[in-house]
Amino acid sequence: MNVPAAIAIGCSAGGVDALKAVIGGLQATLRQTVVVCCHSSSDTVGLLCEVLGRTSKLPVIEAAERHQAQPGVVQLAPTGYHLLVENDHHFSLSIDSRVNHSRPSIDVLFMSAADVWRSALIGVVLTGGNNDGAAGLRRIRQLGGLAIVQSPHGAVAATMPQAALDLAGADHCVPLDDIAPLINRLCMA
Amino acid sequence: MSAPGLDNIEVDLLIQALQRRHGYDFSQYAPASLKRRVQQLTEQLDCKTISGLIERVMHEPELLPNILEGLTVPASDMFRDPTMFRGLREQVFPLLASYPQINIWQAGCAHGQEVYSLVILLEEAGLYERTQIFATDLSDRALQQAQDGIYPAREAQQWSRNYQASGGTRSLADYYSARYNLLKVDQHLRRNVTFAKHNLVSDSVFCEAHLILCRNVMIYFSNPLQNRVLSLFRDSLVRGGFLCLGLRESLEYASSAGEFTPFAEQLRIYRLAIHQERKLA
Repeated sequence: MNVPAAIAIGCSAGGVDALKAVIGGLQATLRQTVVVCCHSSSDTVGLLCEVLGRTSKLPVIEAAERHQAQPGVVQLAPTGYHLLVENDHHFSLSIDSRVNHSRPSIDVLFMSAADVWRSALIGVVLTGGNNDGAAGLRRIRQLGGLAIVQSPHGAVAATMPQAALDLAGADHCVPLDDIAPLINRLCMA
Repeated sequence: MSAPGLDNIEVDLLIQALQRRHGYDFSQYAPASLKRRVQQLTEQLDCKTISGLIERVMHEPELLPNILEGLTVPASDMFRDPTMFRGLREQVFPLLASYPQINIWQAGCAHGQEVYSLVILLEEAGLYERTQIFATDLSDRALQQAQDGIYPAREAQQWSRNYQASGGTRSLADYYSARYNLLKVDQHLRRNVTFAKHNLVSDSVFCEAHLILCRNVMIYFSNPLQNRVLSLFRDSLVRGGFLCLGLRESLEYASSAGEFTPFAEQLRIYRLAIHQERKLA
């Protein structure tokens, strides 16, 4: 793959703790754009941004419609909307039907991010209780991007990483604690 | 898999086909969502490729209503974002109440869930008898569905919770009848609603409104189109009139947004500046 320009992360059940581990472990000098889709039942993603921001060395914000995706910033999909990335790297939102019973859907984010960043994208699937993200991760790999999947064995919910492995496969299937160091290493190269 | 980027070429060609064959311009829609919708439509209509869809767009004009609906109509809920409806009821309605006749434009009404939500709140506030609502969409099929007011009953529980959170004073079930897996909105609620075809991309001002709701419609539009639509709203509103947008919509990139002042910013309720210099054409 090319030097990565962006990292797209998806998770569901158990995702908050998993994100704390991954986002919290990213190095302060990371210059990649980080976009995240985490299924949640809360009304807004604001609290999650705050929680992650406490341990993250990078700013953590809610992705805003029409704004540019920013390098070195972690940007989360707002609750209730699909998050998409446009070709000129600005965000757009949609309230189209749920995908895999989810809105935001990881597949929607991954597929649009894959179209934009192609081989310069790293896709990461973490713990989760459904199969959202698998088709998106496959698309990322098809376009030359790199796939990291959390080992289902240690995951709070194994369904999502297992579905991703089954459908898309992975370049790296590693325990949660190894994911941030791996991303840091890949992004330095 | 097809060559990278091929689908982008096909989407561009489809946009051209729709414009030149049928006069509908989708070139100012946000590309990422439009592409998803095109891909879904391609599957729904059993076309192998987007190019296959283009052929049908060209040669099967009777398909046009399906295609317009597929490309434009998002899912919707009754009382989506209850805090916004509560804000309307508590902060905006008292000001609308000073007008002898209230005109409301619901722009991009899709399947009508939000129109009926609004009607119910107006009814409960005692304002509906002197209100005229214009509910517009570019899709004839969406308008027909909106008029019918028939929705899947599985949504009823969530909608009922939303209604209560919006400050509804009765039970949502008072406003519909349920049969099989469907619920049908009381048709009497429709009495002051005019459903009409209107395309925000190409059509112009048609009413003088005191309130315009256009929630989560412009999220599908490019910045220039968003700007055009905001100008259209400015020209359609009375001075001091209200505009409601979706809770996550950004106005920072639209120069014509300057004439709207935040009224309840968290709820994305804006007000057209009262002392407005009308620009000379």
